[in-house]
Amino acid sequence: MTMKGIRLDDLTVSFDREPAVHHVSGTFAGGSMTAIVGPNGAGKSTLLKAMVGIVEPDQGRVVLEGLSRAELGYLPQLAEVDRSFPITVSDAVGLGLWHRIGLFRAMTGGEGAIVKAALQTVGLEAMAKRSIGALSVGQFQRLLFARLIVQDPQVLLLDEPFAALDERTTGDLLGLVLDWHRQGRTVIAVLHELDQVEAHFPACLLMAREPIAWGSTASVLTPANLRKARGLAQDRPGEAKAALPAMAAELS
Amino acid sequence: MTDLYGLLIEPWIAYGFMGRALVACLALSLGCGSIGIFLVLRRMSLMGDAMSHAILPGAALGYLAAGFSLWSMSLGGLIVGLTVAILAGVVSRVTALKEDASLAGFYLMSLAVGVLIISKYGSNIDLLHVLFGTILAVDTPSLLLVSGIATVTLLTLAVIYRPLICECFDPGFLRTMGGGGSLFHIIFLILVVLNLVAGFQALGTLMAVGLMMLPAAAARLWATEVWSLCLVATAIAFLSSMAGLLISFHVNLPSGPSIILVASLAYLGSILFGRNGGLVKRYFPQPHYHHRHQGG
Repeated sequence: MTMKGIRLDDLTVSFDREPAVHHVSGTFAGGSMTAIVGPNGAGKSTLLKAMVGIVEPDQGRVVLEGLSRAELGYLPQLAEVDRSFPITVSDAVGLGLWHRIGLFRAMTGGEGAIVKAALQTVGLEAMAKRSIGALSVGQFQRLLFARLIVQDPQVLLLDEPFAALDERTTGDLLGLVLDWHRQGRTVIAVLHELDQVEAHFPACLLMAREPIAWGSTASVLTPANLRKARGLAQDRPGEAKAALPAMAAELS
Repeated sequence: MTDLYGLLIEPWIAYGFMGRALVACLALSLGCGSIGIFLVLRRMSLMGDAMSHAILPGAALGYLAAGFSLWSMSLGGLIVGLTVAILAGVVSRVTALKEDASLAGFYLMSLAVGVLIISKYGSNIDLLHVLFGTILAVDTPSLLLVSGIATVTLLTLAVIYRPLICECFDPGFLRTMGGGGSLFHIIFLILVVLNLVAGFQALGTLMAVGLMMLPAAAARLWATEVWSLCLVATAIAFLSSMAGLLISFHVNLPSGPSIILVASLAYLGSILFGRNGGLVKRYFPQPHYHHRHQGG
């Protein structure tokens, strides 16, 4: 495995001077598979956005080790995409070719085949010519995964990839994520279901603005750490939305 | 047949001003149709309206400087329109105001200044010209300006088509692809102002935005992809202009409002009968297909 990781140096991101991510340092090693967990408002999504360059850090930095920007693939939360936009499924997936064809070039036959294969992998080939407005939530998430397949990135940053999905879709997409890990790609995913994390993710970052624990999943998801995460979230009145229900369940 | 010829064809051929008006409308429709689609997709429909008012003092200042001159009025409108758009954008980024609120502030300021200048220094006839346009008095320089703007618009849209679509659909994705979102936004704003200036020659500040928004909103109820939306909007804009001009010619009505009213009819008709989410389709659905299951 080459050294293709992402290093965070004392990373702080804030909105209106209120830090959402506070002094986070550490490395997502190349080929690792890490879940990011924490209470609501813990800065998990913000951390991903800082890593892909959607938000700017106001202190510290994100260092791409042996990687270029083009090798990062980002899966946004569903709410951040305009699902009523008039575009066909295959055109939306084709956006993943951006780094190959840029702003102006047309798709070649080979690139069309890449899109088609990706649609087949996620089981959307029959919908290729349909408008994205016709897709269910689960199908739309399959579409975003197909775009990632087309992008073919070394590092995958997934923001709540399985939120609000039915069991079958979750199973299929989780299978893709595990495949990516097996192929030696780096996977970083914001997740809510601790059972899922314990079952499939070897490494885990637990955060509540500040990192609470970062390491092997077994060493991170201890009752003491989870209590601490919940406590930190509740220490901030006005924004504390309490801890995750899943976490509370874990503790009892 | 001769009646139909006299009704539908003859006016364009026999009267030079009608022919020129038609060509001006074709050029306007080519630019405004697609621009309107992107305004709708970017949820900036009312922004177009605000901008069309904001260019008034620019045109008025141009009028003060050089009389009823097409180029000076257009240039003035362009400069003031862009200033308002950029000021509104900057204010929304450095203060707590959202872009729509800061834009409303600046465009009202601009509109008041414009009306003030015109009522202080211009005769009422001029005010009417500026407010309602003079499509039947379009001369060759105006035609060149309007068709030049349409050409620039279509070429520029072709160049920034992909990032513009991506920025509407999934702005985060564009950022991860290296960004440039604000650059494309500003280029697009310039195109909006340019097309408003073009429309303002023909239809006046009050009506210019109508040929942009009504066909675009109507097209949304027929087509499902950006390129087909642009085609449908352009077609609706041109056919409305044609019908509006004919009606104004035969019934002796002002041309600008006639054109916009025909476009409004197209809009209302689309709301009722649109293939893609129209009322009839939605509330009187056809029975769905029953596919025969194949295999096990």
